[in-house]
Amino acid sequence: MVKQIEKITQKPVVQIATIVPIMLTVGANRMVPGIAIPHPVGDPTKSKAEEYNLRRSLVLRALNAATVDINEPTTF
Amino acid sequence: MKKRIVYYLNQFYGGIGGEDKADTKPFFLNEAVGPAVKFSELIDQEGEVVGTIVCGDNFYSSNMEEARKNCLEFLKALKPDFFVAGPAFNAGRYGIACGDICAFVEKGLNIPTITGMYDENPGVPLYREHTIIVKVANNARGMNEALRKMSTLALKIMKNQELFSAEDEGYFHRNIRKNFFYDEIGAVRAIEMGLKKYRGEYFKTELEMPKFDKIPPARAVGPLNECKVALCTSGGIVPKGNPDRLPVSASDRWGKWDVSNIEKLTPENAESIHGGYDRTYANLDPNRVIPVDVLKDLEKEGIIKKLHPYIYYTVGTSTSVNNAERFGREIGVELKNAGVDIIILTST
Repeated sequence: MVKQIEKITQKPVVQIATIVPIMLTVGANRMVPGIAIPHPVGDPTKSKAEEYNLRRSLVLRALNAATVDINEPTTF
Repeated sequence: MKKRIVYYLNQFYGGIGGEDKADTKPFFLNEAVGPAVKFSELIDQEGEVVGTIVCGDNFYSSNMEEARKNCLEFLKALKPDFFVAGPAFNAGRYGIACGDICAFVEKGLNIPTITGMYDENPGVPLYREHTIIVKVANNARGMNEALRKMSTLALKIMKNQELFSAEDEGYFHRNIRKNFFYDEIGAVRAIEMGLKKYRGEYFKTELEMPKFDKIPPARAVGPLNECKVALCTSGGIVPKGNPDRLPVSASDRWGKWDVSNIEKLTPENAESIHGGYDRTYANLDPNRVIPVDVLKDLEKEGIIKKLHPYIYYTVGTSTSVNNAERFGREIGVELKNAGVDIIILTST
């Protein structure tokens, strides 16, 4: 799915997910490892504030990945 | 009782002319003509061709609804048990007409259908799952062989005999996975296959793995404060109540949600319906799967220029590769038209 979105839009698609080997096969060119399968951008073991900051830092990492030129699938 | 067969041909094989007759509307003959004559001889033990439909290739491809309707009326009157079209070899319009009319007849009349095409015919990927497309040569010099193959398979079907794999029977596989018994258990076959692979000997996979495309990475964009960002997820986060009725797995659809007027996802406005992970945490805070709250804040703070008003979602468990690619293409078109610069997609 992500590859087709990138192919059609010609814009960077950044995927946040936990299982990097799967992303390397079927996922996006730009990958950010998520926290866990049931909550890729969350962490219920943390306080609300900590969890929000963690989510924010992952999103910023993903946004930053879109500003970097790459030649091959890359984990950020 | 011999099976009654109706045969579809284009203007050329129907004997009325070439490109000059490609706009001919479908007409009907109460007998076999052209290749249908030979086909009828070949399946003589089980059936006979009782009628032929001849239709111009241009007419069919430009007036599909009308062509289908006309053919169906003729077929309803004749009440055939079996339907054959082509073979179309590598002819694109003819292949599409053959594939389409076979698919339509199979669905509408609930009778088996068969046609023949060369593997590069555009009709193959479009219709292979909806009829049986026998693999044939790329031009009419292969007609005899094509009719022989098509009739052999047709006889099997008319006799209700079980078909072997598509590869063995000589037709394009229909993406159907059928279970059957081997003499040896899987563990033994796996070791044997592994040893062959290790020794560099020829081996054949029992299941063809889908090939995944590599797409060249898109150019980087920026700066972020000039970028429009869109959020997507395959984590099955949907508006509360699942208005699009997304299934919990093997989804055949995606949905979109206008989040312009909400600040973040909450257990009141959203839920997870994904069948492939424990949804407890996602349901307590759906932003844990698709970070709407953070993107909204980044937009307010001017770190990104804009969050695209729609978030796109589907359920990414047991999704067929074909469907996933289709979702990607359809969502991609929307995002492209909206001038989105960055797409973040979360997966569970």
